[in-house]
Amino acid sequence: MPMRLLRQVLGVIPTLLLTWTVVFGAMQMVPGDPVLLMLGGTPTSEAAVAAERASLGVDRPVLVQYVDFLGHAVIGDFGLSFRTRQPVLGMIESELPSTLQLAAGGLVVGLVLGVLFGAVAGVWPNGWVDAGCMGFALIGVSLPSFWIAMLLIQVFATSLGWVPVLGSGFDALILPSISLGLFLAGGLARLIRSSIIEVMGQDYIRTARAKGLAPLLVVAKHAFRNAVIPPLTLLGVQFALLIGGAVVTETVFARPGVGRMLVEAVLDKDFPLVQGIVVVTTAAFVLVNLAIDIAYGLIDPRVAHGG
Amino acid sequence: MAVSAVALPPVSVGALPPRRRLLVRLLGTPGAIIGCVILVIILLAALLAPVLAPYDWNATSVCRRIAPISAEHWFGCDQFGRDIFSRVIYGGRFSLAMGVSTVAISLVFGSIAGMAIGYAGGRVDAVGTRLIDAMLGFPPIVLAILVVSVLGVGMWDAALAVGIAGIPRFARITRGATLSLVQRDFLEAARAVGATGGRILRRHLLPNLAPVLIVIATLDLGNAVLFTATLSFLGLGAQPPTPEWGAMLNAGRDYVRYAPWTMVFPGLALFLGVMAVNLVGDRLSMILDPRQGGRR
Repeated sequence: MPMRLLRQVLGVIPTLLLTWTVVFGAMQMVPGDPVLLMLGGTPTSEAAVAAERASLGVDRPVLVQYVDFLGHAVIGDFGLSFRTRQPVLGMIESELPSTLQLAAGGLVVGLVLGVLFGAVAGVWPNGWVDAGCMGFALIGVSLPSFWIAMLLIQVFATSLGWVPVLGSGFDALILPSISLGLFLAGGLARLIRSSIIEVMGQDYIRTARAKGLAPLLVVAKHAFRNAVIPPLTLLGVQFALLIGGAVVTETVFARPGVGRMLVEAVLDKDFPLVQGIVVVTTAAFVLVNLAIDIAYGLIDPRVAHGG
Repeated sequence: MAVSAVALPPVSVGALPPRRRLLVRLLGTPGAIIGCVILVIILLAALLAPVLAPYDWNATSVCRRIAPISAEHWFGCDQFGRDIFSRVIYGGRFSLAMGVSTVAISLVFGSIAGMAIGYAGGRVDAVGTRLIDAMLGFPPIVLAILVVSVLGVGMWDAALAVGIAGIPRFARITRGATLSLVQRDFLEAARAVGATGGRILRRHLLPNLAPVLIVIATLDLGNAVLFTATLSFLGLGAQPPTPEWGAMLNAGRDYVRYAPWTMVFPGLALFLGVMAVNLVGDRLSMILDPRQGGRR
């Protein structure tokens, strides 16, 4: 078991190294001179450009810059933003809480709706209940999240005035969480449905039924736990969806956050900021998946031993 | 590796059913019929846009600015006095073209890479799989945005970016399916009679992988349309005045309060289009996945 854990943890390193290499390579391929971009517009002398180049370290060989980038990325140093001249890490840190709140809200909505609709559909498959639940799931995965976000704002904030559009309170988090959670719920409901159907066909369920257990108890005590855990291990994927959803949701709701900052950084050609956000999100994504992998091994001994 | 646990559709290799039967079976469920009907309507509207659209998609001042829905302007008018109905009809061309080209890029490059490393095996497979896993370490939208920041903002740049972001996913699935085929006797036989690697990939692997590839491409198409429209909405894809649905929603954002119709109809078209593709994709995967073959 400790060996397996060690292997899992060490396995993350090449992945992170490769993703960061891709980020570095992408930034090298950006057309145009980053120094001129940074000094943007203001007419400068050759000497000033050269001085800036030296202070940024972009006059050094690419390989040296690469090693330097990796070294700094590990300790979270991504340099200064072109636009604000602030340290990139500080900018990300100040926006992160808002994004995490949104992600948590979206996750709660996604889990509650996804598990509910998926379980109901799986327990009574192939009837109108199932059709209704899967219809919901289909709508969930087909709805453009920015569109549903705009509709929700229009109906519940602008027309009805039930919740504020802007703000940092809990009520301002409701609509963003719903628009973020719906997509998640759709995919999750499908996974949980098929998982429940599979479990309901197992021998131990037949045994539980045969000994006269009430149908609801069979589902609650025997089927549910076994059926819900496997799809939940795919939460790592859901995390990627949350990141994508956060980019959109933050933009529509004009919420502060890392996702919106990323889009603005790309539009502003603020490459250190783009680089910093991409490095941080990929690291988070990889680590979340690692944590889920480890947790899964702890919950389900079959995984740990079977490999 | 942690990231390799990413949810990929189960891979199984089966034979492609005869073509005519396939079409009949495709329409076997109410959902699939609804999906096909919506899809045909949207495709026809996009193809026949010059005939169907009552106005030029870019003609301004054909009506009062943000004029509401009326008999002349079924979907109302936008902030430049353009007819939204005409723009939505034309929009299908751009949104669907972006989605299809995205999937084509992911499919072609992903499946070639996946077949090559799966067939080569050994060290090539080990290194290739590592690379794929590393690329899957990017949340797709982050990878796509990274590519956009290199290529620049634009409709085809965004489609290319999303296409590139999808390559590792396709490569992974294709590799898995290839591995399950490599051990089969007919490939052994092809090798024994001296067929070259390229010929085996083209003549023996590809036809057998086709069902899997068709299913994942169709299942991915809905996502691709959604994804590229999202980039356009964020201002990273199709730019105004292009009547791409996501870009239309972005352009109309400031007017939504006063003119909700500027947002309702492009979004509805996008939603219905994606849903139709998803319905067809689900049905197709049910037919082509042999493990579910017993059902209907």
